[in-house]
Amino acid sequence: MALQIIDRRLAGKNKSVGNRERFVRRYKQQIAEAVRRAVARRDIRHIEQAENITIPRKDISEPVFHHGPGGIRDTVHPGNSDHVRGDRIARPQGGAGGAGSQASDGGEAEDDFTFTLTREEFMQLFFEDLALPRLLRTHLGDTPQYRTRRAGYSHDGTPHNLALLRTMRGALGRRIALTKASHRELLALQAQLKALPATEDGTSEAVAELRRRIDALSTRIGKVAFLDPLDLRFRNRARLPVPTSQAVMFCVMDVSGSMDQGRKDLAKRFFILLYLFLTRHYEKIDIVFIRHHTQAAEVGEDEFFHSTESGGTVVSSALALLDQIMRARYPVQDWNIYVAQASDGDNFGNDSGSCRSLLADRILPLVRYFAYVQVAQEAQNLWEEYSRLPPLFPHFAMRKVSEPGEIYPVFRDLFKKEGVSV
Amino acid sequence: MNLSAYPALERRAGRNPRKQAAPGERQPRDVPRALLPAGKRPAHPLPDPIDWTFELIERYHAAIAATAERFGLDTYPNQLEVISAEQMMDAYASVGMPVSYRHWSYGKEFLATERRYRRGHMGLAYEIVINANPCISYLMEENSTAMQALVIAHAAYGHNSFFKNNYLFGMWADSGSIIDYLVYARDFVGQCEERHGLEAVERLLDSCHALANFGVDRYRRPSRKSLARERAELEQREAYVQQQVNVLWRTLPTRRGKDSTAQESERFPKEPEENLLYFIEKNAPLLEPWQREIVRIVRKIAQYFYPQRQTQVMNEGWATFWHYTLLNTLYDEGWLTNGVMIEWLSSHANVIHQPPAGHRAYSGINPYTLGFSMYRDIRRICENPTEEDRRWFPDIAGTPWLPALDHAMRNYKDESFIGQFLSPQLMRDMRLFAIHDDASEQELLVRAIHDEDGYRLLRQLLSQQYDLGVREPNIQVWNVNLRGDRCLTLRHTRYQNRPLAEDALEVLKHVARLWGFGVQIESVNDDGELPVLLHSVPAPSA
Repeated sequence: MALQIIDRRLAGKNKSVGNRERFVRRYKQQIAEAVRRAVARRDIRHIEQAENITIPRKDISEPVFHHGPGGIRDTVHPGNSDHVRGDRIARPQGGAGGAGSQASDGGEAEDDFTFTLTREEFMQLFFEDLALPRLLRTHLGDTPQYRTRRAGYSHDGTPHNLALLRTMRGALGRRIALTKASHRELLALQAQLKALPATEDGTSEAVAELRRRIDALSTRIGKVAFLDPLDLRFRNRARLPVPTSQAVMFCVMDVSGSMDQGRKDLAKRFFILLYLFLTRHYEKIDIVFIRHHTQAAEVGEDEFFHSTESGGTVVSSALALLDQIMRARYPVQDWNIYVAQASDGDNFGNDSGSCRSLLADRILPLVRYFAYVQVAQEAQNLWEEYSRLPPLFPHFAMRKVSEPGEIYPVFRDLFKKEGVSV
Repeated sequence: MNLSAYPALERRAGRNPRKQAAPGERQPRDVPRALLPAGKRPAHPLPDPIDWTFELIERYHAAIAATAERFGLDTYPNQLEVISAEQMMDAYASVGMPVSYRHWSYGKEFLATERRYRRGHMGLAYEIVINANPCISYLMEENSTAMQALVIAHAAYGHNSFFKNNYLFGMWADSGSIIDYLVYARDFVGQCEERHGLEAVERLLDSCHALANFGVDRYRRPSRKSLARERAELEQREAYVQQQVNVLWRTLPTRRGKDSTAQESERFPKEPEENLLYFIEKNAPLLEPWQREIVRIVRKIAQYFYPQRQTQVMNEGWATFWHYTLLNTLYDEGWLTNGVMIEWLSSHANVIHQPPAGHRAYSGINPYTLGFSMYRDIRRICENPTEEDRRWFPDIAGTPWLPALDHAMRNYKDESFIGQFLSPQLMRDMRLFAIHDDASEQELLVRAIHDEDGYRLLRQLLSQQYDLGVREPNIQVWNVNLRGDRCLTLRHTRYQNRPLAEDALEVLKHVARLWGFGVQIESVNDDGELPVLLHSVPAPSA
């Protein structure tokens, strides 16, 4: 009998991707809500992970006309053990597989609908509609970025760029050009040969001559190469410099003794979100990590998040260091500068005043955006000093956070895209 | 042309396809009266490593095919496709079809399947088989050699021959062009999404899906068209239908002098229409041509699946019966090793397991068990009839079993199949009993059990249980208020006083979205009381 075996294993995996996308799109609200809840619950280390999303079953049901409970039903069941005709049985409760309950279409209690959101989808939803505010994209940086784009054809290139169609078209043209005349002559000669009187027995001088010329022409035509190195064309790509936005983010975190474990955790959560957001959404961005107690130091990413060093608090030390680095390495005409600072607001003596003046005089005029997050609820002197800044500098934002659950909303609020409500 | 190779054509040329075959009437095609003689007994059984190879699949298939031929199974050509578990889930999600248009509900299905599978709650089905010509069966990569043999026997010969020969499939499901049509549907829906936006198309499909089960013609036979014809006719149809609709809703005043009261009382449609989607496609005033086409697509696809919904017991039973019979025959003739037998038998036993009522795992009658047992029972009645069987089945008792089985497969659907062939013996074996559940009574009543007094009633009730007309509520388009607010009235005729489920209101909103004006549904009892208004939905705001 006719048979065909087809191995489809390599073809068309993930045919359902389109359907999955549509599903996620449709339930975006519920899913985004679940994402937010999930982040608040999560351990810092596991923020960036896939997530199980649960949607109430009733929200995603597809209604159809069907019978509801009630009325008269006659159903047949297998496995009669002890019933005889005319028996009366108590109605089983809740339809838990009892003899009388029909396996109805939709009557059973159903769980909520749960599925797993991939890491990518999770992070995409997580950072949706966020952007660095006031980012300028006009500048050609020191190390210009290039984009390659198609720019016609060239005579040389690498084999994988060979433009086959162009090449063959050229070859065809060349072959026609080089052989047209010969072909014409050949046809004429062949016609002559045919036209010779029938009496000719094919041995006379005229025929031999014609044959010789035909052969010569055919050889000549045959010698024209099918494909000549001249014909080769390659797709050409030109590199165009593109304006890039160079941006640097300063992350300033307080690790002083007054920051207890909970507060440090809050601050770290905030910076991890920021870090994930920046590395995911911006291809090229510098991040400078500054941690401080009485002294400030620029540290690496790992140390920033994991070191446990501690001490007193002088916030201005960090700001001074920030100022120094900024002026030394990130000239304001070339860089979009951002600062995010997290602290519990507890500061040494009258240092808060100098912080404010440092900010107002030296730092804020140069940066695009400054976000300050206080990881404690009570108003500290730093908060009070900072409170005087926003009226003067619209790009200075400050928020308070006291619970892990608040971090994400505050983060969204600070970095929302313009014109998008949180 | 050899007509016997094309039973559909043969039937059309020869007999009235809508006529039910009379009992005992045989197809002209030859079904052997008994298993044809086997070829030479193989020196060794087929090898049975755990891991299959293409070569092995071919050898197993050849053996199974030869045996099926000896039993006279008539099938479409086979196309076996090897796929991975993920692809199986893909196929699951799009109702088992290899292509389908995109819709979130398929995504939901996929996610649910994937989750269950990953947690190990559910093994994937071993096979999916598509009623197409050639008949496509999916073999899952993870299956062992023995399982592949089982799937080939089950799907490629069991289901395949059922698809080809059952009268419902012949009449309703056009296996020749279904893949073409699905390709067309996917492309069309894709284009609409581009042109009119994902959301508009999604909403429309939601509404159509809500009514899909009410978008089938139960009596008329759909025409067969190729992809090319379908495309060519689309434009013509769009223009024409739009014109028709406009005529229906024209607002020009009618000429005076006509009897206006007669017009007032005239209903539209004149006869109630049970195919809701068809009615909407042809008459909904506000639908755009592309929307009508999508309604039509959903309707056509629902129509294609209609026979499958009506023949679940017969179809699965037939396939199970044949994998059981074919593989056993192969074993008897020395083709299969003991290991292969044990493996497929264990999964066969799982498939036909029927927990008794009241058991924790009980969720209704297992269609595989019922169907399989019935075909086995028919064979028993033919081969070893008892006195009782001779009384109940005088026309098949003691006759050759292959033609009897062939007849039973071709000419019935679940309802009539059970009504005709469920034997007292089987009712006793399965210990069937009937429960009468009247919501107005305190207790349930056992109406019949597997004894002399109960057989006929049991058989009738079980047969009814598989009648789609009883399982689904009876809802028809009753009237359109042509002169007033264009409100559409649906009428639900209660069967056994069963009410509609609560989400009827939600469905009604979908109807209103398609119809474009207000919709109401009324319910009427069997005994002709006045209709009761159940729900009413105002015209959707644009």
